[in-house]
Amino acid sequence: MGFLTNLINGISLGSVYAIIALGYTMVYGIAKMLNFAHGDVIMVGGYICFCCMQYLGLPPIVGILLAVVGCTCLGVVIERLAYKPLREAPSLAVLITAIGMSYFLQNSALLIWKSDPKVFPSVVSLPNITLFGGQLVVSPISIVTVLACVVVMVCLTLFTQRTKMGKAMRACSEDKAAAQLMGIDVNATISMVFAIGSGLAAIAGVLLCSAYPVLMPTTGSMPGIKAFTAAVFGGIGSIPGAALGGILLGVIEIFARAYIGTQLADAIVFAVLIVVLLVRPAGLLGKEMHEKV
Amino acid sequence: MNMLKNMDKTTRSHLITYAMVIVAYLVMQGLGSIGALSSSMAGQLVPITTYICLAISLNLVVGISGELSLGHAGFMSVGAFTSVVAVSMMQGAVGSPVARFFLGCLVACAAAACAGFLVGVPVMRLQGDYLAIVTLAFGEIIKNLLNNLWLGLDSNGLHVSMSNAAALGLGEGGKILINGPQGASGIERISSFTLGFILVIFTLFVVFNLVNSRSGRAIMAVRDNRIAAESVGISTTKYRLMAFVVSAGLAGMAGALYAMNFNSIVPSKFDFNNSINILVFVVLGGMGNIRGGIISATLLTVLPEKLRFLGNFRMLIYAVVLILVMLVSNNRQINNAFDMLKEKLLKRRGDDDDDAPTQAAEGGAA
Repeated sequence: MGFLTNLINGISLGSVYAIIALGYTMVYGIAKMLNFAHGDVIMVGGYICFCCMQYLGLPPIVGILLAVVGCTCLGVVIERLAYKPLREAPSLAVLITAIGMSYFLQNSALLIWKSDPKVFPSVVSLPNITLFGGQLVVSPISIVTVLACVVVMVCLTLFTQRTKMGKAMRACSEDKAAAQLMGIDVNATISMVFAIGSGLAAIAGVLLCSAYPVLMPTTGSMPGIKAFTAAVFGGIGSIPGAALGGILLGVIEIFARAYIGTQLADAIVFAVLIVVLLVRPAGLLGKEMHEKV
Repeated sequence: MNMLKNMDKTTRSHLITYAMVIVAYLVMQGLGSIGALSSSMAGQLVPITTYICLAISLNLVVGISGELSLGHAGFMSVGAFTSVVAVSMMQGAVGSPVARFFLGCLVACAAAACAGFLVGVPVMRLQGDYLAIVTLAFGEIIKNLLNNLWLGLDSNGLHVSMSNAAALGLGEGGKILINGPQGASGIERISSFTLGFILVIFTLFVVFNLVNSRSGRAIMAVRDNRIAAESVGISTTKYRLMAFVVSAGLAGMAGALYAMNFNSIVPSKFDFNNSINILVFVVLGGMGNIRGGIISATLLTVLPEKLRFLGNFRMLIYAVVLILVMLVSNNRQINNAFDMLKEKLLKRRGDDDDDAPTQAAEGGAA
């Protein structure tokens, strides 16, 4: 039963990583940049939801919606102010700007909400589910997290494959100049991607804080790095890859924690990533790019 | 003066960099001897030299070899912890602290270069952002392993454990050198500003000579066009790996300098954020521009300290400065205005005087 419990916890944690990784991978696919501030948007989402529930006494669902709206706006504003002027700049300059943005968000949060950890009230107030005569206990938040991940995945896939905006997004990630010639508004499309990614980050933030109820200004940075790893693991730029990478990473992390040791879990997660990249340099579901000479 | 004019541009630029470092050292020493340095500034001198070394060595990978490395602090921590262990072991055998310091640096350099080689061999199969994420992963792995490492010394020699301090089974009079997440403590503080200065000069010497050599040109050829370089018979893996290993070794040495400046060090100090800080020095100074890296490492180590009076607003302002510098230095209108200004100034001086920025500066991004 221990195995099953760990598996469920792993898939649940992995679902959170997957939702964050989707934001990373979409932004990378279209803007070709590593958005290091993404992890901190998660934290902002968590704080918005926390404030709504704790201080304003709003029901959880309103808190989640406000967090999504807040983070979506935040993502668009960040893109407009910090990343858009650097569209033509070398990629390292954009990377440093993203890191600067990450510091900015963390320290703003430190000023607004102080450094003491907040205990996040769970957004799901259902009792634990007990199976097999008490041998297997599943927390409702795990199930909600996995369900949320599935819903997000299905919606995103439908969105990118079936809608006009999704088609524009795919076109932009393939070739921006050609897309522009076809009459696609590239800037609006990129803003849209940041909006979706940041909205997803808010959902991930709420789910993460419900499962691991400690909220600090640095809460987002480690899950951010892990999700980034997950995106690369699955093949950066690929939406199914991000989901697969996220879930695998979560499962590996929980199993490493359970069977090898809490301290070494992160080292093992990263070691698996390296092994995978050595065997498949473009990630699990990534497209191998062949150079033409 | 005539000799300076006849020299080729690169040599002149290198000499200017050496001169700048030496003058800065003499000025700081002078200020220190007349007591004009505040105690906080004096305490910053060794960290500044450390970060200068790190910026120069990372520039070799990011600027000269053109690979993004996000795990430089990992090599620094390998150097830091090995030097601490090495120096404690030598305490009886080698009398002079300065000799111990240099031997410690040497061991640290070798250990970090070995780590760099181990990391580099698999990493060099990858490119671009994938390479970056693997260096990030290695940095985190090194930090995690050090968090789980216990090392003790007694009359029987070294004891190593991966579980806890009790498992070391130290004999009578044994001493714990590395205590898991608590890191190393009771370090002999033998670093000094002068020793730091010597390491900076040594790092500069190694990097400049490498860049100016046949190998250095091969490294830059691989950076500029990998396929073209490969087609003229340059082994891309070999030269990328060379830059990576040399850079790791130099970072390890800087780590040794850093560690021996403090009573205690913890593995979590050498995390992802630290790697990013070093990368920021390199990018702000201009990639491939060693002199720019030295200046930005100095300014950005001093700036957060100088902003300390701002309290919690300190890092916020640092972040805003970082973003603004990036936005301004990559703004086309501002850059165009600068270029026009430069052209006008040059024309006034006469066209034969080629005081244009050196090659290294042209490769800069910031």
